[in-house]
Amino acid sequence: MKTFIPAEYEVVRDFNLCTACRLCENQCANGVHSYDEKRGVMVADSLQCVNCHRCVCVCPTHALKIAKSADCYRPNENWSSQTMNEVYRQAETGGVLLSSMGNPGKYPVYFDKLLVNASQVTNPPIDPLREPMETRVFLGKKDVEIKRDISGRLIDTMPPQLNLKLPVMFSAMSYGSISYNAHEALARAAEICGTFYNTGEGGLHRDFYKYSKNTIVQVASGRFGVHSEYLSAAAAIEIKMGQGAKPGIGGHLPGMKISDDVSRTRMIPKGVDAISPAPHHDIYSIEDLRQLIYTIKEATDYSKPVIVKIAAVHNVAAIASGVARSGADIIAIDGFRGGTGASPTRIRDNVGIPVELALAQVDERLRQEGIRDCVSIIVGGSVRSSADVVKAVALGADACYIGTAALLALGCHLCRSCHTGKCNWGIATQREDLVKRLNPDEGCKRLVNLLSAWNLEIQEMMGGMGINSIEALRGNRLMLRGVGLNETELRILGVRHAGENV
Amino acid sequence: MILNDLELKTSPAEGEVRIPSGCAISAVIDRSGKRMTGEKIIRSIATMHDRSNGLGGGFAGYGIYPDYKEYYAFHLFYNDFYSKKQTEDFLIQHFEIVYSSEMKTRKLKKITNEPLIYRYFLYPLSKRLANSLMDEERYVVKCVNKINAEIDGAFVFSSGKNMGVFKGVGYPEDIGKFYLLDEEYSGYSWTAHGRYPTNTPGWWGGAHPFGLLDYSVVHNGEISSYDANRRYIETFGYKCSLQTDTEVITYVIDFLIRVKKLTLQEVAKVISASFWSTIEDKPEEERYEETFLRKAFPSLLITGPFSIIFGFTGGLMALNDRLKLRSMVCAEKGDLAYISSEECGIRVIEPELERVFAPAGGQPVIYTLKDGGNRQ
Repeated sequence: MKTFIPAEYEVVRDFNLCTACRLCENQCANGVHSYDEKRGVMVADSLQCVNCHRCVCVCPTHALKIAKSADCYRPNENWSSQTMNEVYRQAETGGVLLSSMGNPGKYPVYFDKLLVNASQVTNPPIDPLREPMETRVFLGKKDVEIKRDISGRLIDTMPPQLNLKLPVMFSAMSYGSISYNAHEALARAAEICGTFYNTGEGGLHRDFYKYSKNTIVQVASGRFGVHSEYLSAAAAIEIKMGQGAKPGIGGHLPGMKISDDVSRTRMIPKGVDAISPAPHHDIYSIEDLRQLIYTIKEATDYSKPVIVKIAAVHNVAAIASGVARSGADIIAIDGFRGGTGASPTRIRDNVGIPVELALAQVDERLRQEGIRDCVSIIVGGSVRSSADVVKAVALGADACYIGTAALLALGCHLCRSCHTGKCNWGIATQREDLVKRLNPDEGCKRLVNLLSAWNLEIQEMMGGMGINSIEALRGNRLMLRGVGLNETELRILGVRHAGENV
Repeated sequence: MILNDLELKTSPAEGEVRIPSGCAISAVIDRSGKRMTGEKIIRSIATMHDRSNGLGGGFAGYGIYPDYKEYYAFHLFYNDFYSKKQTEDFLIQHFEIVYSSEMKTRKLKKITNEPLIYRYFLYPLSKRLANSLMDEERYVVKCVNKINAEIDGAFVFSSGKNMGVFKGVGYPEDIGKFYLLDEEYSGYSWTAHGRYPTNTPGWWGGAHPFGLLDYSVVHNGEISSYDANRRYIETFGYKCSLQTDTEVITYVIDFLIRVKKLTLQEVAKVISASFWSTIEDKPEEERYEETFLRKAFPSLLITGPFSIIFGFTGGLMALNDRLKLRSMVCAEKGDLAYISSEECGIRVIEPELERVFAPAGGQPVIYTLKDGGNRQ
């Protein structure tokens, strides 16, 4: 028996418009389009289509569209076509299903159930076009001792801080999972915007050391690409303990994405799947984490903040509290909708919790224990717009990480096929012909545009609330109200329901 | 003198909801330490009658209890004799009460529904204090918080040495006369507050100034950073039970001065910090200091409109929000210095002034006694 799985999408071509220029054929790494010489027309094999929209976007006559296939199994609320197909696929291969990008499932998005306040009558809104509106953030420990010199002047005793012009950074995406050109665009945009990008666990390419002032380097369980120069170059060092897309497991870079350059940067063999271990094998408990944090601090002379990235799981508040007591300067919480270059489907779709709930609980717990000042909090997975940033900050975050949104700015159309390594947009691929489609100059400009636009929007929303500095928004939960949330959800988020007075 | 308990409660009580208020504030200090009655400050705040709506008024006077200046002066509201009995039992267990009496008041038609008002001069029992392992001020604050949180119907609204807060529901000028501030008390400095709340809680404890030991704050504005400030300061053991700006501002100032040992100038640079762009243009030394303070205390930056007068033993500080979204004027003549929401509040008591100015947003104006606070 041979399994046949019908195409999920259909390539629809308007033959009145198609000139058979074959650009679609040229642009599709999945081999969907071809030219039928005999009939003199373009044909498409929809079975190969991942719906990345590359052909639709480049078609000079707009002759193409991708439609959801009308082919269907007998409708069943319990057994969806996707569930059935997955069973067929596994029965055929005996393998673990792989997926990419964030959990696409039908779970509540709490950001969409939170509404923001505005000022009127009793206090004025502030006009960001006419008044200064500050979005600068410093990340790091704040619990300083006040010390003075003999003449009574204050001494700056702040531990190392990251200085961000706006509360948004690019989250960890490794070189290997994404391309050289994508990394270059991220690095340059971070430099121009006064923020940071993150190497992920893929090491730092030689060419990008020049952006190191805006680079956060990651130390993950595989320790790929970690060496003393790498640590010294960075603005901050992130220990990756967990990832929202796949809590409980390590990273997975398929072998076909490990090119010469990636192999050199990661210090691993070429062409072989790179699977980093689920735990750090030198961290089996919180006291071990403390040792790694201080090892890194010793190695870098206590000159850089250390970030500990954790996945949002059920006991995230207790974990964060432990991390805050272990010397970390910053905690990054990654929600279950966070993206990935490759993850087992079952884990991506079923493990972890929404970042909004995790953030609310972590912030509250750290406050209850009087240690909120010991750390800054970054959240990601998934922050989709400036409104999400504003809501996250009001819930208690110091800053946000964006990954998927940054990739969208670079052209990604969320086909969620990164693990195949055939990204037609030149982002999640190492194939040279595909990589060169992403122009770093253009990519950088689009990322800068995105962050600038978000910053303007954040300022508008802050001004409306009568707040002229992002610090006064952080943890300011009275600025939020929930809609359509039950008592438990409201309690966990620490916000009141819309319509309820203060 | 018993609270009218026949009225049914229709609106939420103070502390159950957050009540935005518009207001008038005013203050006067004689920097030579010479004492004056409350007559001037009453006239000053009365001129700004329209900035209040009769739902709260109050005063703080400094240097008013010279005969008892070594003792904490507790002013208390009681709803009934039961809460008074409970409170006095508590006080006796924790303090030596040197003198206590009912507060002398003048019956006025416009002031109704007043609670029982009592005053105690006291100092901590030395053994209790020693066993608590706290310093004296912390011990007193803890006791005040305990009474206010746990004894239903009792509220300590003043707890400093040689100073007192007087407040209630009504127009401030009537409250001033009710407490006989124009006859019975003289102090070297006075602050006043007229409240324009948007709700009608009608609770005397909700009027301002808000006092904490010898600190008192009167405030006009509605801060937009409230919940950020509140949630931060509560991590240090403060409890914002009244949900008012004035309460949280008082705690913030108390924390920065008493716990972090910052100077008043430095406090101003935390709560009403200069914009980063302004800081960048400052001389090296100031830039260094202000950058440090903003980095160290980001959650204590207060945004949105406010004008506050912070009263303390030996002086006053006036401070506006960084954008100056509320009016506030300062003036001087000889040893006398004045602060008011409107210039008329100053001119009415001193028409001939040597200097009148509106302090810029975030620019603190600090007036202290000439002998450095070592007054009569």
